[in-house]
Amino acid sequence: MLFDYETLRVIWWILIGALLIGFAIADGMDLGVGNLLPFLGKRDEERQQIIASIAPHWDGNQVWFITAGGAIFAAWPLVYAAAFSGLYMALLLVLFALFFRPVGFDYRDKVEDPRWRTSWDWALFGASAVPSIVFGVAFGNLFLGLPFHLDEYMRSHYEGFLLTAFLPLLNPFALLCGIISFAMLSTHGAVWLQMRTDGAVQERARKTVRILAPITIIGFAVAGLWIAYGIDGFHIVSQQALDSDSTPLEKVVERAPGGWLANYSLYPITIAAPVIGFVGAILTLLLSMLHRPGKAFLTSALSVAGIIGTAGLSLFPFIMPSRTIPNSSLTIWDATSSHLTLTIMFWVVLFFLPVVLGYTAWCYIRMWGKIRIPDDTHPKQSGY
Amino acid sequence: MLPTMLYDDTFVDLSRLQFAMTALYHFLFVPLTLGLTWILVIMESVYVMTGKVIYRDMTKFWGKLFGINFALGITTGLTMEFQFGTNWSYYSHYVGDVFGAPLAIEGLMAFFLESTFAGMFFFGWDRLSKVQHLMATFCLALGTSLSALWILIANGWMQYPIGADFSVDTMRMEMVNFVDVVLNPVAQAKFIHTVAAGYVTACMFVMGISSYYILKGRDLAFARRSFAVAVGFGLASILSVIVLGDESGYTLGHAQKTKLAVIEAEYETQEAPASFNLIGIPNDKTMEVDYAIKIPYALGLIATRSFDQEVTGLHDIIAENEARILRGITAHDYMVRIRAGDKSETLRADFEAVKHDLGYGLLLKRYVVNPSDATPDQIKAAARDAMPAVAPMFWGFRMMVGIGIYMLGMIAIGFYFTAKRVLDKKRFYLKLMVLSIPAPWLAIELGWFVAEYGRQPWAVSDLLPTFLAASELTKADLIFSISGFFLFYTVLLVIEMWLMVKFAKIGPSSLKTGRYHFEKQVAAPAYPAAE
Repeated sequence: MLFDYETLRVIWWILIGALLIGFAIADGMDLGVGNLLPFLGKRDEERQQIIASIAPHWDGNQVWFITAGGAIFAAWPLVYAAAFSGLYMALLLVLFALFFRPVGFDYRDKVEDPRWRTSWDWALFGASAVPSIVFGVAFGNLFLGLPFHLDEYMRSHYEGFLLTAFLPLLNPFALLCGIISFAMLSTHGAVWLQMRTDGAVQERARKTVRILAPITIIGFAVAGLWIAYGIDGFHIVSQQALDSDSTPLEKVVERAPGGWLANYSLYPITIAAPVIGFVGAILTLLLSMLHRPGKAFLTSALSVAGIIGTAGLSLFPFIMPSRTIPNSSLTIWDATSSHLTLTIMFWVVLFFLPVVLGYTAWCYIRMWGKIRIPDDTHPKQSGY
Repeated sequence: MLPTMLYDDTFVDLSRLQFAMTALYHFLFVPLTLGLTWILVIMESVYVMTGKVIYRDMTKFWGKLFGINFALGITTGLTMEFQFGTNWSYYSHYVGDVFGAPLAIEGLMAFFLESTFAGMFFFGWDRLSKVQHLMATFCLALGTSLSALWILIANGWMQYPIGADFSVDTMRMEMVNFVDVVLNPVAQAKFIHTVAAGYVTACMFVMGISSYYILKGRDLAFARRSFAVAVGFGLASILSVIVLGDESGYTLGHAQKTKLAVIEAEYETQEAPASFNLIGIPNDKTMEVDYAIKIPYALGLIATRSFDQEVTGLHDIIAENEARILRGITAHDYMVRIRAGDKSETLRADFEAVKHDLGYGLLLKRYVVNPSDATPDQIKAAARDAMPAVAPMFWGFRMMVGIGIYMLGMIAIGFYFTAKRVLDKKRFYLKLMVLSIPAPWLAIELGWFVAEYGRQPWAVSDLLPTFLAASELTKADLIFSISGFFLFYTVLLVIEMWLMVKFAKIGPSSLKTGRYHFEKQVAAPAYPAAE
């Protein structure tokens, strides 16, 4: 095998991070567009225009989410097992919301009745807004630790059920993260609309960036301060060798104030991530105001990558810290698949990810151009 | 620290109910997607090669119905990707090292291809050249069938788990040979059977709706051509489904043998080649088939593809279960000692020698907290319970096969009528064809029932009992989620069916080309010569 187990574990942390960032940039864009749909489109034609800008791509984009789920299953089976069952209610909420996206996009224009179309517009809004917020809330709770622990047989146990399990997730810090996530993805979607539409929708999108980008920037700064001064980080006191079997119960974990910032002094290069997050968002705001939506979209994508990268680097090497029994926390050293599985899946990703990026880019290029409201000079494009 | 509680059967049944419900529901949409995409490829190829516009209209119209169905396929597929983690958390840990890989590959290799080019299929008509668009349709179809390949590799591994080994250090199955997992003969048999069944579904769908237009005397040229494409593809597919039925995989592994014996209500092992119980009433109490009509040699031939291999009967299977449970108790004891910190090399070697029966020891955890405390009666009960109930399997399988043979008849007759160019006059056949549209779905859902209920009591055959695989949730969580799925899925199904029926009834007129029945009152432009 080309890489030793320890290196491969780091590579897989980067790959999962790349898939999540890919998801946030690709699908986050059309979630953001969905968040803005009923507000930026006042008339049916405008809403059709907004939807047309993402209609050929949302389905492919959503596969980033599905593939990230599959990759976590393959590379971090314990995380897949503990996270999705421990966050049962939150994940159901996301799933139930996402149900309405494929059908919303496909069915909306099939019936002329305005009540039918308005209902689907709001369904698409909910189907975009709920996941946008819940993903942020989930990330926020990782910093606080989740209420789970593992027993001797690696079976995971949780606290509470139904609302007693769900409501504690909606704490102030996690809600702030939910707002950041919502504002960040909506900014990304607004810049996309500014780039791909014209007329009234384009102008409204530009105005929206002026509100949402500052919320993202301020929220990100407040969350940083909160993590530095208000939340105890997790810290591994002792653990077995980094290339040994995945046995998460053999380490000792402690909590310490400011612990989530430790990586930045340990590896100063990592400060690049929050810097990219901030600078990207600020440039997005400026470029959008200066009517440069194409460049603004690139900086917005960078900002999304920087913000998610910041979350990942702060938590490193933790993936899923446990609030109830910190020693049960899952890290990149002890929650991974076997050396063989990680190796095989590494080659699979190395081969297929460039192929996927290649044909996805080709599809975007073929569909490129301003989306206009159909009139005499611009015939209606084909659809579902 | 052993779990101090016995497993709650009601909770496990609720978890199973939810999985069965969401999986069977998902599979209402998958088979049509599997088949219709290839039918679209065939129609569009004809268009590209001949330039006949009617074939482009056919591609677009059947593509519209495909889209209505596809939307719900994606919706319900999302649930499946995450449901192992949400509801089968211990399963996800225990086999994720093996099972997660095909799921991730499915996403990377198949879902991206399928979903990206689905967008191009619908929105690319004005943006792509003819050949480029055909390639997009082809990629959509290929992605769809590839996703079936990888999910069936995953599912095949649950039926016949090869290429993996249990590690007592990590408390899970770990991959030892990826090629074995991919080339698992059970998975390959299931793949052929399942995708061919999907192709049949789409063919019956297109044939049924085309028959409706012919009966109504509408858009005859369109309907006849659609029917012809579907019936040709359908004949090849239904023959594959029946000839390459996945029974060929049922001789591999103990749990698969059990499934076969249960399907056939084969209580006693017969001398090879075994006779086949065509019909009868299986009686689990006396362990005999009442009023059986037997066909000599047939079972041995179907199941083992040979004259000299035995098909093991349930009496012998139960005896083998009991022996394996006894070894499983030993394996479990060794495992507990190793986990408690005993580092002795001999203990490890002893464990390695019996660990392939560990799963059978775990079966006892339904009866006692610690398997070594089990009484002889409990061991007997566990050995007897390590198989699904016979009657639903026996009947489920026979109904599936019956419907399959019925569809073979319908498709063969349709093929004959098409070849003879007399289809329009066969009104009884056309009416029966419209009524037969649900038949493939019925057969497919029964097939999944037989395959998965037939795997019980195992989540992964011989390795992990289903009741141990579930997440540690509460009944309240499950009742909430089942209600949610039921509510949303019902609402969406009603909308989907309404749209499907609406557009199927309008027919190609929904394309608004001005060339079809409901538009001709206004103007009647002929097909353009060629494009």
